[in-house]
Amino acid sequence: MTLTDTPPASRAQAGRRLSTSKAMVEAIAQEMERDESVFYLGEDVAAYGGIFSSTTGLLEQFGPKRIIDTPISETGFIGLAVGAATEGMRPIAELMFADFMGVCLDQIYNHMAKIHYFSGGRVKVPMVLTTAVGGGYSDGGQHSQTLWGTFAHLPGMKVVVPSNPADAKGLMTSAIRDDSPVVYMFHKGIMGLPWMAKNRRSIDLVPEGEHVVPIGKAAIARAGSDVTVVTLSLSVHHALDVADTLAGEGIDVEVLDLRSLVPLDREAILASVAKTRRLVVVDEDYLSFGLSGEVVASVVESDPSLLTAVRRVALPDVPIPYARSLEYAVLPRHDRIEGAIRGVLA
Amino acid sequence: MIQSDIHGETPHVGTQDDDLIQLLTVTGERVHHQTYSSRVAHLDTEALEGLYRDMVLVRRFDTEATALQRHGELGLWPQCLGQEAAQIGSGRALAAQDHVFPSYREHGVGWTRGLDLRKVLHQFRGEDHGGWDPAEHNFSLYTLVIGSHALHATGFAMGVQRDGDVGTGDPDRDRAVVAYFGDGATSQGDVNEALVFAAVNDAPVVFFCQNNHWAISEPTERQSRVPLFRRGSGFGVPAVRVDGNDVLACYAVTQEALERARSGGGPTFIEAVTYRMGAHTTSDDPTRYRSRAEEDYWRTRDPIDRLRLHLVAEGTAPEFFTALDAEADAYGEQIRDYCRSIPKAESSRMFEHVYAAEHTLVESERAWFTEYEAGFATEGAQR
Ligand SMILES: Cc1ncc(C[n+]2csc(CCOP(=O)(O)OP(=O)(O)O)c2C)c(N)n1
Ligand SMILES: [Mg+2]
Repeated sequence: MTLTDTPPASRAQAGRRLSTSKAMVEAIAQEMERDESVFYLGEDVAAYGGIFSSTTGLLEQFGPKRIIDTPISETGFIGLAVGAATEGMRPIAELMFADFMGVCLDQIYNHMAKIHYFSGGRVKVPMVLTTAVGGGYSDGGQHSQTLWGTFAHLPGMKVVVPSNPADAKGLMTSAIRDDSPVVYMFHKGIMGLPWMAKNRRSIDLVPEGEHVVPIGKAAIARAGSDVTVVTLSLSVHHALDVADTLAGEGIDVEVLDLRSLVPLDREAILASVAKTRRLVVVDEDYLSFGLSGEVVASVVESDPSLLTAVRRVALPDVPIPYARSLEYAVLPRHDRIEGAIRGVLA
Repeated sequence: MIQSDIHGETPHVGTQDDDLIQLLTVTGERVHHQTYSSRVAHLDTEALEGLYRDMVLVRRFDTEATALQRHGELGLWPQCLGQEAAQIGSGRALAAQDHVFPSYREHGVGWTRGLDLRKVLHQFRGEDHGGWDPAEHNFSLYTLVIGSHALHATGFAMGVQRDGDVGTGDPDRDRAVVAYFGDGATSQGDVNEALVFAAVNDAPVVFFCQNNHWAISEPTERQSRVPLFRRGSGFGVPAVRVDGNDVLACYAVTQEALERARSGGGPTFIEAVTYRMGAHTTSDDPTRYRSRAEEDYWRTRDPIDRLRLHLVAEGTAPEFFTALDAEADAYGEQIRDYCRSIPKAESSRMFEHVYAAEHTLVESERAWFTEYEAGFATEGAQR
């Protein structure tokens, strides 16, 4: 891959190559150094360093008062973070798997997301909720969902989903500094973990020092003129792979990495589709009532004549199976993405 | 190792020996307990040898499964290594009609329920969502969301109550429900809410907590400032703390709790103090957070060793142990062969049971998928 294939944001400054998890940790560490009120709490985030390496080394650097192992009590510690945020702290609470939102949703969408509104803007809740998402390693339907459509559906919180190391750092910095609650969803398959499927794009250049990626701005991960693929997170990597393959046949694919779901960069979507007139949405969330429908509806609502063809590649509406063969069949992977691109070009 | 103690001195939960019910010492001597000895008095040599066999075969199963994971035959394996006495002792106290809600490492309890443990491998090989029929063995499927099933067990027990299967005095009818969970799970709201509900409803449920000292990387001190069994009194639930590596004591306290539940006396909280001798699961590396010295200490308290010492002292013949070794070896081979023969899941299965009845959305997506897969078949044929 050449440097020009990486999103502009990752080339903002010269940097070193880091894994996504290291980039995320670097942003947290830099913000913790800069601001005493930032602290991190969750399960196995201290000595273990986060089961997906989201906090590796932070305990050694900041000690147990700021890197806090909690009891397995998501309702308890997310509620605690909400309270601390209203007192003026900037907590980062980690929900080990997004799938567990069910055990603590009340604190998330009734309290974290609504206190500011119902206080008439008087009480701020400047916290970050980090959570691991995604499948591909036979962990079944209670540990493999992305659920970002569900989080994005609920008003009052921002939702960011980085796809690469530089954005992981820049979006984390923005999330911590934001005065609204931000849900920061990181895919296990992009973290660069040794025990996940190898992913060459999970290690890349990351700017040193302060690096900010604005929330609500999509990035063109690959410019093209024939078809627009709107996607996010791990699916960006798959889409880029497919685009590389199709380039050999003279098919020029544009890949738009959403990076944020709330707010959604509709302008970027429309601008790209206005150019290509063909749209494929790739979403590792359920097909129905989700992001993919939202993207298509946004385009059609704005100008019904804009599109000549559209396809969605998402999870069918079934729980994600444990069985590897079944799981790989439901996940939006290369073959289905390629099929959809060929479909809109046909 | 980093000391993550932010409170200064914390009590070391679960090592003081006061209040700990024990009937068999680490060196295999029987000790008298005025309440509990009578509950194991009927267990003759043959019965004790049976408990020993249970523990040895369950350990072999667990060890084979771990090795199968290392050979790439299973995706993940949660070991019960070291917790055999807690699981076999409590499991053997159950009546057939009692119902169990396990967490995810209760292979020993499954064994006592007559479950062919090889069925557990289907899920961890990544070929099935569950693997057994809970109704067949009164043994529910494993639960992976920590503590959630304590509420299911309590709800189930309240259903049993409403069926009138409590306090009839008929030993074949009265029923108890047991929820197995870990020390870490005691912090979960669901578990606490379950205790509240069970207490005020006199639900026929037993909360069997295996305090194995660790919740992944977090020691029990991260969960509680007091020994876990003391929590019971706050809920108004009788609680007992038992040596979880003593199969006889676990049998005795569970039997008492089950009798209380079945007779209408309400819930009991049991804290079985044991040790997770293996990793949390095969994806975990415990050297990152616990010391070799601690592991060595617990190796000297192995639940199987102490019963063996007792049996030998009581005159069990060497042939018994030799024969059991051979049985375990044969069992190990069966497990390995079976695991490799588990059939691949058929892809059309993913659309089954999403809803209890047919659903148009699922059906249309199933049709799409079938057509999609058929496309590959034709493509292949054309090549
Ligand atoms: C609600 C929820 N939170 C977190 C997890 C991740 N997790 C799996 S096992 C575990 C530790 C459980 O410890 P304990 O209850 O002591 O049981 P043990 O594994 O020691 O048997 C954690 C945190 C989960 N599965 N469910
Ligand atoms: Mg434990």
